Amino acid sequence: MSTEAAIAVEDVEFGYAATPVLQGVSCTLRRGEFLGIIGPNGSGKSTLLRLMSGYLRPRRGRVRVAGRPLAEYARAALSRVIGVVPQDTTVTLPFSVMEMVLFGRTPHGGGFGFEGPDDLAAARRALARTNTAGLARRRVTELSGGERQRVILARALAQEPEILLLDEPAAFLDIRHEVEMYDLLRDLQRGDMTVASVLHDLNIAALYCDRLVLLHEGRIVQIGTPTEVMTYATLTAVYGTEVYVALNDITGALNVLPLSREYRERLRRG
Amino acid sequence: MGAPHLTPARFARVLLVLAGVLAVALLGSALVGAEHIDLGTALADAGSVDHVILTRIRLPRACLAAVVGAALAAAGTVLQALLRNPLADPHMLGVSGGAALGAALLLVFGASGGVLHAALVPVGAFAGALATMLAVYRLGSVHGRLQPYMFLLAGVVCNAVAGALIMTLNALADFFQAHGILFWLLGSLQTQSWGLVAASALYVSVGLAWLLGHTRALNVLSLGEESATQLGVDVARVRRGVFVVSSLLVGAAVSVSGMIGFVGLIVPHVTRLLIGPDYRLLLPASAIMGAIFLLLADSAARSLLGANEIPVGVVTALCGGPFFLYLLRREGGRGVD
Repeated sequence: MSTEAAIAVEDVEFGYAATPVLQGVSCTLRRGEFLGIIGPNGSGKSTLLRLMSGYLRPRRGRVRVAGRPLAEYARAALSRVIGVVPQDTTVTLPFSVMEMVLFGRTPHGGGFGFEGPDDLAAARRALARTNTAGLARRRVTELSGGERQRVILARALAQEPEILLLDEPAAFLDIRHEVEMYDLLRDLQRGDMTVASVLHDLNIAALYCDRLVLLHEGRIVQIGTPTEVMTYATLTAVYGTEVYVALNDITGALNVLPLSREYRERLRRG
Repeated sequence: MGAPHLTPARFARVLLVLAGVLAVALLGSALVGAEHIDLGTALADAGSVDHVILTRIRLPRACLAAVVGAALAAAGTVLQALLRNPLADPHMLGVSGGAALGAALLLVFGASGGVLHAALVPVGAFAGALATMLAVYRLGSVHGRLQPYMFLLAGVVCNAVAGALIMTLNALADFFQAHGILFWLLGSLQTQSWGLVAASALYVSVGLAWLLGHTRALNVLSLGEESATQLGVDVARVRRGVFVVSSLLVGAAVSVSGMIGFVGLIVPHVTRLLIGPDYRLLLPASAIMGAIFLLLADSAARSLLGANEIPVGVVTALCGGPFFLYLLRREGGRGVD
């Protein structure tokens, strides 16, 4: 795997007014990898992702995309390199799924006009890739949560980006739709996509990610492989509750299990 | 069932049909009124009374109704995209009130009479609309991000304040000025000059042209600021443009017709139900539908009570009020943000 940085975050600080949300954050998203961003609620995961995508601009420090400072990109040019599945994917207007996926072509077109054959082809590829071709005529407002997330992913793919950034793409999905989403993301990554995702579920993070960035109170605690980052000591300190970390015999990945108060107290007594 | 996305053929088909309906509505509205006129006589004899009524009174008024209706509907359509709220409407957001206040201020304190004065009133209305829009935007956003419901409530309050200030001006004004102010408050199309029609049509065309050039951006803006940004739209720039242009549209409409409410609420909604949410088609279709709607409302205003004319703003409010409540109940139940 090449270690060239797709996105480099360099000593970044971000915040509103006096309180910083992120401080002294430096990390790289390597070309071709699957990077997970984990941490407790309010640790700055979404903010880091939004800084990487250029939606937010850092108060200090710098973000580079493919070596070039983010500030040098025109907004549309950036959206041809980075596709994003944001946290809030609610849609208020009853667009058809095809219309929604064609919105991914916005950075490739002008302010007005109709989509050309290239746009339609890209949208159809994205629909096929995410297994949503059968939904093309449905209204986005009528889809189930799992279907809608796949459609939003298809929209990001229609941008034909090199990098995919996702903010908890399986937040409200059941276990089947969750693994389907991450299987799909891993297939894309094994193609030629670079992927970074904010994850809530540590087991999914361990199962799918090449490397993890662990955030706590706006600072990076550790960057490394899941095995390096997800130790009992680190997770217990960062999340503020004892967890049980074990190796899964079948997957070879780490499992992180919460412990109820009864067991936490038993653990403290030794 | 055609393609699940907008094609040039569908775009042309829908707009042609609507343009046809508009032409019929325009002519129909020109023939309706207290005085019966015969179209044949009016067209055949340029010296006839029928001809004078048609070309000097009815047609300018009908054209003005079409221009104002198109402007208000277009403004409502784009504000709904920007605020992600189907209840947004220039009247509701206080923008019409601000425009009326700006115009009334110039009327009472500005240079009185003359050509300059007539030219300045639309400028006052535009400035008033823009100032209100910016004030409501500042009040309705946190950290530069729009909070749609706060925005709407700030608009309701600004509307009330603008109304109160206009009534204060009314108390300060002399008899003739007061009559003019009342006309703005109620909304009326009793203007019978081709020059005025042409001037407002020019402003409205410029505004519509800008908006039509940004309909793809408006589509993705309706998905929210973050998604729009990620899809390559410079949200701050488009939002600024939408504020200025919708103020221009509302200012142009209010300066010639006063505060006509609910057009920007009803028309985009009905049009969306008919043709779908894609702004490339929705925006021009809403503009035409707005023209048709106001022509119908004005025809009703001029004919329902015989020789007594009802202000057209009263007619649109009587249609729009219940419609707004219906939408509020429906959308509120659905929990739209």
